[in-house]
Amino acid sequence: MRIPILKLYNYLLISIQTEIDDQTAIQFQEDLLDKIHKSGTSGVVIDLTSVEIIDSFIAKVLGDVVTMSDLMGAKVVLTGIQPAVAMTLVDLGIHLTGVATALDLEQGLIKLHQELGE
Amino acid sequence: MGTQSCINIQKEWDIVGARQLGRDIAKKIGFGTVDQARIATAVSELARNIYLYADSGKVCFEAIETIDKKGISMIAIDSGPGISDISLVMQDGYSTSRGLGAGLPGVKRLMDEFDLISEKEQGTEVKTIKWLR
Repeated sequence: MRIPILKLYNYLLISIQTEIDDQTAIQFQEDLLDKIHKSGTSGVVIDLTSVEIIDSFIAKVLGDVVTMSDLMGAKVVLTGIQPAVAMTLVDLGIHLTGVATALDLEQGLIKLHQELGE
Repeated sequence: MGTQSCINIQKEWDIVGARQLGRDIAKKIGFGTVDQARIATAVSELARNIYLYADSGKVCFEAIETIDKKGISMIAIDSGPGISDISLVMQDGYSTSRGLGAGLPGVKRLMDEFDLISEKEQGTEVKTIKWLR
């Protein structure tokens, strides 16, 4: 299973719609970095509206992909984290500090726009 | 006491199966969305521990009921190498698999009751309960 990565103007857009298993998460990490490299994008939005569970592994993969993208020069914004997911992450002791977030996809794109000063 | 539902954990995809089963059972018992997410996340952590450290094992769920409360009991059993220092693995940030080290202490916080028994070379058993409020 692969998570589709869409290109929208200068940005990459990902909406995670499926239950993520570990392998899919790792594959996604590779795919995204590859796509950033090939497309030369400066901004990425990962929408998590449909994601019902983020456990410590998925959180690590997401946090890592944000750092890795940053190293490559692309800014990542996570959007649409559900209330239940936010509560669970804090219970787990995961705060994803330094990761840019926004309420929804629209706000995420606005945030990217602002941060990248485009 | 209800009937027990178990799921074997052998391959990585079983982690997903376990959390779906846990969520379904939690939903049936009457847990709200937030607690369903907490329970499913706890299952995911326990099932991943089995997959990562013990190769195989199982997670069992049961609807439980006392005079004044209802809840879900979740037991993760494996016959893996066991945990030599339990207090160490219960520390936030400790991991032997380059993870976040949030797994077991996280499960303890996500659930209401938590009990870990482990014997070297014999295996590990984690018993947890979440009560319906």
